[in-house]
Amino acid sequence: MTTYFEKSCVISGAGMSTMYRKPQVYPFNLAVDACRNAIADAGLEIGDIDGIACWPHAAVHVGHGSSAASPVDIKNSLGLKLNWFEAGMGPGQFASIANAIGAIAAGYCNHVLCYRAEGERWVPMYGSAFADGNLPTPEGFNQWTTPYFAPSAATWIALHADLHMRQTGLTREQMAMIPINQRKNAALNPNAVYREPITLDDYLAARMITTPFCIFDCDVPIDGAAAVVISRADAVPASSRPTVRFEAVGTALHEHFSWFQRRDFPNMAMNDAAKMLWSRTDLTPDDLTSAHLYDGFSWLTVLWLEALGITRPGETGAFLEGGQRIALDGLLPLNTNGGQLSEGRLHAFNHLVEAVRQLRGEAGDRQVADAKVAVCSAGGGVFGSALLIVRD
Amino acid sequence: MTTESVSLARPLPAINEMNGYFWRGGADGRLHIMHCGDCDLYFHPYQSFCSACHSANVAPAPVSGRATVLSSTINHQPWFPHVPVPYVVALVELEERGPVRLLTNMFGEPVDAIVPGMLVTVHFEQHGDIFVPLFRPAGAA
Repeated sequence: MTTYFEKSCVISGAGMSTMYRKPQVYPFNLAVDACRNAIADAGLEIGDIDGIACWPHAAVHVGHGSSAASPVDIKNSLGLKLNWFEAGMGPGQFASIANAIGAIAAGYCNHVLCYRAEGERWVPMYGSAFADGNLPTPEGFNQWTTPYFAPSAATWIALHADLHMRQTGLTREQMAMIPINQRKNAALNPNAVYREPITLDDYLAARMITTPFCIFDCDVPIDGAAAVVISRADAVPASSRPTVRFEAVGTALHEHFSWFQRRDFPNMAMNDAAKMLWSRTDLTPDDLTSAHLYDGFSWLTVLWLEALGITRPGETGAFLEGGQRIALDGLLPLNTNGGQLSEGRLHAFNHLVEAVRQLRGEAGDRQVADAKVAVCSAGGGVFGSALLIVRD
Repeated sequence: MTTESVSLARPLPAINEMNGYFWRGGADGRLHIMHCGDCDLYFHPYQSFCSACHSANVAPAPVSGRATVLSSTINHQPWFPHVPVPYVVALVELEERGPVRLLTNMFGEPVDAIVPGMLVTVHFEQHGDIFVPLFRPAGAA
């Protein structure tokens, strides 16, 4: 019988920095804040950490940009004694988590710090990156998109959403329930950058970015960081708090690594990752007590719902309609912290921190009833990864 | 097939061993796509090996230039100051066995006229030694 080693790993600690919509605090410092908060939350000392991993690669001695803290700079700041460290691309933003589990299973480490640090507000943004009139020389994948004035993932994902919505009948009014519900949740989250409610009328009147996406469908760039400590279950100090354990991990990529050439377009890598996730557990979507799904664009959350089998294609619109089923007291509370659309873009690491808090019963005003099983997902397009975590 | 003079400066890639056939191939008026000589699969971008039949007998080959619009988006965000909005970015799928899908703009068409299922054909916009493939409704001049 195959041993699924993630089941012997736990999330012992979770922490975040303050989130900033405008550049105020140097992003590297925020990454250190999040890491220290996660270690303290685990009840560990800094000296207990023997591994560190982040996604994606980060330049050394550069503490800003879209990957604002390299593992070795964090190591140096905290004085960590590491047995293992890594930073790479891998299968989506949770690649560092999957790698940490592997390092623990191999016996390299007992406690691995995994984090995501964003410092995009410190540097020129997508939206204004070409405002000076100088034309970039696109390399790699961007050579297939930027010459057609499509430099943003907003466009690439809109091309998926356009076909999917025509195929399934999902409407913008139904999709709107994702940002509307998340803003409602964010009102209960002091760390969210946007907390004012939005209505369906606000959504339908909002500035369009690229059809079918308006500004409320796009996540919010911030400076900030989130971190978790992944531990060997038997290395964690005894505690009265509930243990949050991994039940399954999904990191598969079976179709081409490609935005547009998958044979099952408009499906994405998340469809491969989600299948792997459920293949490693006896639990099913019916067991979920909350879902924390990637929302770089609201439609990506729709596709994750379908990829994970929570809804079936063609039925997601009806599931979202009215917003009650995904509310905090609904059938399946969704993105209870406000997600990237309202709390801020931390590439699902803030979703993971929130899921841990929900499972421990520490989510305060946002606490869902009887939280036991949470699914977290990261990524859209070429890569994706998903985590099923449970309260033991 | 026709080649048009430049109307709008485009951000263009540097040419290398993996993309020259695509960006310069339009000099002969045809679109060139990687092709497997053994199983007749077309693929994009460059691979040195056919991922379907595992043959190394692969090389760029001219295609018909006929395609169908698979999806489209009307872009309102002014990413580039010299490009007026709104404009369309469409994803087209070539008729050859693939799938092979490419982006295009259609500045000559009303933005709401570009819909899935529309038949399109390739044309090229020349920028120095680069010939940017673009698609427009089949039958259009």
